[in-house]
Order: sequence, then C-alpha cells, then structure tokens
Amino acid sequence: MSERLLGLLAEFDDAEQLRGAVLRARHECYADIEAYSPYPVDGLTEAMGVHHAHVPFWMLLGAIGGGGFTYWLEWYSAAVNYPINIGGRPTFSWPAFLPPALEMTLLWAVLLGVLAVLVGNRLPRVHHPLFAVRAFDRASSDRFFLLLHASDPNFEPRRTQEFLRTLSPLSISEVME
Amino acid sequence: MSAVIPSDALPPVIEPGQNSHTITTEISAVTLQRPTGWLWIFGLLISLALSGLLFVGICWLLYAGVGIWGLNIPVAWSFAIANYVWWIAIGMGGTFISAGMYLARQPWRNSINRFAEAMTVFAVSVSGIFPILHLGRPWFFYWLFPYPDVMNVWPQWRSSLEWDFWAILAYLIVSILYWYIGMLPDLATLRDRAPTLAKARFYGLLALGWRGEARHWMRFEQFNLITAGIAVALVFSVHSMVALDFSEGLVPGWHETIFPPFFIAGALFSGFAMVLVLGIPLRRFFGLQAFLNDRHIVNMAKMMLCAGLFVDYSYFSEIFTAFYSMDRYDLAMTLHRLYGAYAWAFWGTILFNVLNIQLLWFARVRRSHAAVFLISIGVLIGMWLERFLLIVSSLYEDFVPSAWGMFWPTFWDLAFLAGSVGLFFLMFLLFARLLPVLSMFELRKLAHQSGSGAVERGGEP
Repeated sequence: MSERLLGLLAEFDDAEQLRGAVLRARHECYADIEAYSPYPVDGLTEAMGVHHAHVPFWMLLGAIGGGGFTYWLEWYSAAVNYPINIGGRPTFSWPAFLPPALEMTLLWAVLLGVLAVLVGNRLPRVHHPLFAVRAFDRASSDRFFLLLHASDPNFEPRRTQEFLRTLSPLSISEVME
Repeated sequence: MSAVIPSDALPPVIEPGQNSHTITTEISAVTLQRPTGWLWIFGLLISLALSGLLFVGICWLLYAGVGIWGLNIPVAWSFAIANYVWWIAIGMGGTFISAGMYLARQPWRNSINRFAEAMTVFAVSVSGIFPILHLGRPWFFYWLFPYPDVMNVWPQWRSSLEWDFWAILAYLIVSILYWYIGMLPDLATLRDRAPTLAKARFYGLLALGWRGEARHWMRFEQFNLITAGIAVALVFSVHSMVALDFSEGLVPGWHETIFPPFFIAGALFSGFAMVLVLGIPLRRFFGLQAFLNDRHIVNMAKMMLCAGLFVDYSYFSEIFTAFYSMDRYDLAMTLHRLYGAYAWAFWGTILFNVLNIQLLWFARVRRSHAAVFLISIGVLIGMWLERFLLIVSSLYEDFVPSAWGMFWPTFWDLAFLAGSVGLFFLMFLLFARLLPVLSMFELRKLAHQSGSGAVERGGEP
C-alpha cells in the first residue's frame, strides 16, 4: 500500500454544520470538495456549486430513443419487411402501434437513468480509500463528512488541518490512498 | 407540546425523539441482529412447500400441457389468467404508494414504500409466470419478442396480448430497478454496520460502493423523481393494457370502455389491501412500532376504502349499462352473472368488495389493526373472485347456447393458485430477513425535517 495522502476528512454532527463547512471551504478557495451525508441534504449541492447532473438529459434521450426505435421497428416489420394485406386494411396501423412504443419509452428512460446514476457516480466501485477510515463507517448512519482533496492546488496539509479545526468538527482524519 | 391533543388524534408519522442514530440502529438491527424467529421459519417452510408444489406443477404442465388445468372450450381462460391479473394488480398498489405518493409529498409513505416496492417486484414476478405457461407451448414465449429470425415472423403489433408482453416487461424491469437503486443507500448502511466480514461483503457487493457524496445524492434524487413520474405512468398504462386484453375481445361482459379505469381502481384496491396484509404483521413481529403506527394503518385504510368505492361504482355502472343498452347478449350475460351457475362468485365479490369495506367508514374500525387486517384479507379474496367471475361468467354461456359449458377447477388449478401465494411469501419472507425493510435514509431525512436539527444531536426536544 502506498501511503499517499488523498485528503483530510472532517466529521460533523449535523447537516447544517456540514453545509456551513462547505461554504467556508469554498470561501477559502478549496475547489476539490466532497461532502458526505447519510441522507440527501437540501441545498448541499448548491453550497458546493454543483448544479448539473445530466441524469434528466440521459433519461430524455432514453425515452426518445427507446420509444422511437420501437415505433420504427413496428412500422418496418409490419409495413416494409412483411406487409400482410388483410381485406385492404392499412399495414401501418399507427394507433395500435402506440402501446408498445409507450412502454419502451418509459422503460428506456429508466434504463438510461440507472446508467447515468451509476456512471456519473463512478459506481460500482466496491472499494474506496474512505472505507479504510474508521469514523467513516458512520457516514451512512448519522454523521456528516467533509473531504478536502490533497490534489487541490490550495491544499497544504498543515494549513488545511488548521482550517478544518476552525470549523469545530468532531474529528479530523487523514485519508490514505 | 403545549397544544391540547384530542385523545383520538393520530400519532405523528414517526415517534417523537427518533433521530438518525436511533432510526439506523433500530431498522438495521431488524436485518443484522434480530434472531430468526420460529414464526419466520414456520412461514418459510410453508412457503417453501407451496413453492415446491408450484414447481412440480410447472414441470408437470411442461410435460403434459395446459390440459392439466380445467380449461377447455368454451372456458379457455380461467384460473391462470385470473391469477395473473390478480397478482399484477397487487403490484400496482406498491408502485402507487412509493411513486405516486412520493410525487404528492406524503411523508407517511416513507415508512411503507420500501416493503411496498418489494411487494410489487415479487407480485409482478409471480404474475409473469401465468401468461407464459398459458401460452400452451411456453418454450416459444420468446416469439413475442421481435428478433430477426429465419422464419421471418414478426409479432402481431395490433394485438393487446402483444401489448401486454411489452407492458409486463417494462413494468417488471422498471420496478426492480426503482426498488434496487432506491435501496443502495440503505444497503451501504448495512455494509457499514455489518457485524461479520461475510455480511459486510454481501451488502458491500449489493451496495455497489455507495458513499453518499453530495453529487451521488443529487443524481440519485433526480433519478428517483423522474422515475417516480414514469412509474405512475406505468401503473396506469400497464393495467390499462391488462384491461384491454379483455375489452379488445367482442365477448359480452368484456367489450366495455370502462375496463381500463375499472381495472386500475381494482389494482390499487387490491394493492393497498396487500400492503396492509404485509405491513400489519411486519410491524408487530419485527418491532417497527416506532415507524409504522396508527397513522399509517388508518391512512392506508382510507385509501383502500376510496379505491374500493371506485370499484363499487364500476360494478354498478356495468350492470346499469347492460340494462340501459338493452343489448340482449349483454343483458343475458349480466343476468347470468347475478343468477347463473357462478352467482356465488358474484355475490361473494359483492360481499367482500362492496359490503366488507363499508366498515372502514368507522374510525374505530380503521384504528383496529386486527379489523383492518381481516378486511384487507377479505378484499384480496374478493378481488380474486371478481377476476375469476369476470373471465368465466363471460365465457361459459356465450352467444350460442349449444356451445355453453361449465368450468371446473382441477387439483392443479388450485395448486398453481396456492403455489403462487407460496412463492410470493417465500420471496417476501427472504426480503424481510435479508434486506432493509424500511427506507432508512428517507426516514432520517424526515426526522431531520420534523425535528429541525435538534433531533440530530441528542434527541432533546
């Protein structure tokens, strides 16, 4: 195991404290910030200055692609590839072709949505340096964490530690890569 | 609290004093620490036995054909389709609770949605068995799917049975994904709290490395919000397609425009009933009183009553329309339903789905868990009878009297029904033991919002 510092992790008791800490860190010009909470905290991403997640875009793309392709396939199979003349009825009976296209619109929106969530979050990734930090076990229960990355140009171990201490966290841990 | 609370007021959604820590501890202990009770083992054994019966039945059916069921001409649809419609309908209620009430911002739904979604997944999985087996040659079921084959055969896109295939496919996959993605944060909690390495690995693999970073949550919430909207559309479209299986046919009693909304009302009705049937024992035997209380039961009972009244209106409307239309076949079918060979199923339906639920108008009945539980069981029975009646009463005496004939269930008809119940409960019991039964992260957020920070620190009001 290489002992390179990934960042410093501060532990908080409360969602508001974490949000305040994020704002302070941004004020101190830290850009590479991660904030962990056991439930979605309102306004946390806004505090971090993150606005786009692209999930709705991919879901829309899935909806249009899935529905459009299904509808196209119905037209192609019934009107082009194997048209059957049944008493002169239209081969492309478009209203009857809507239900499968509707269902595939909904299905593919969700499928691409799942992909967007997983790929966007870089999951699955079953191991992460943070899991080696003892305190971090409570990130999924009742504690809130702020991680300042060592890769941040503004990061300097001692100074950053001093800064984190001013936020009065419960604990500060070093995260090793 | 300074305000005077009347003695019959409903308790708050979650017990006062609950905070992130207590919620996490209590709910994850149900999965991680709680010893396996004998009652659970007993239930599992029964479910296993019934599932085994279903398995034997399926093998026998694959060997001998659908003739092992009592269906024949004129009653070519019977138990299998009734079971299918009944199960998929039960699933709808779960999706509606988790998605529809999420969009409606109903906080009390946070205690119910996880196991309601699980119920949906299992009910839809069980329901999917029946139409495939009913095909006659189930091993060709993939012909429903448009794949480039050497026979150059495409599916019949205009058929409601084909629509049904797409509807079930989409619904099953979406409900599994919605349930699973929504469970990731709670699986991560179990991973972090697991007492043994084996358990940590099991939940760690399932949690996919979820860490609860702010960007994770943002994508997660966007996905959940949009998928909730999609899931509501799915509930309504899928059960409309199920209804169209019937109303696209020209058989009296099936060929009705009221069917899609009538089926949706019936679906929500039976789904809410199943949520109550599962939720009341779950609360009692898993010690979830802090999160599932009178408020949830009473609200669910009210929703069930409301959906039931829609169903009752549809019954009335069907009979009224038959007389109003003066169509002789429709009239004859209606009179057969009321007084014919299957009148017991009709009056049974009326007893369970119309009279039974009127008890829920009384606040005292709604607050009695035993009463609500029994009424819900009645509703489930009534809804099955209704599906059975709907299918059989329209088929057994159709246009030409020379073609009339009765349907008698065989042993295997009953075995498949019992086996499907067994398989459903087998999956649900395993779920209740292995996966987080309540949505912890949503309850944490709820506790935070209702306690506004003070609850977070120590639970001091």
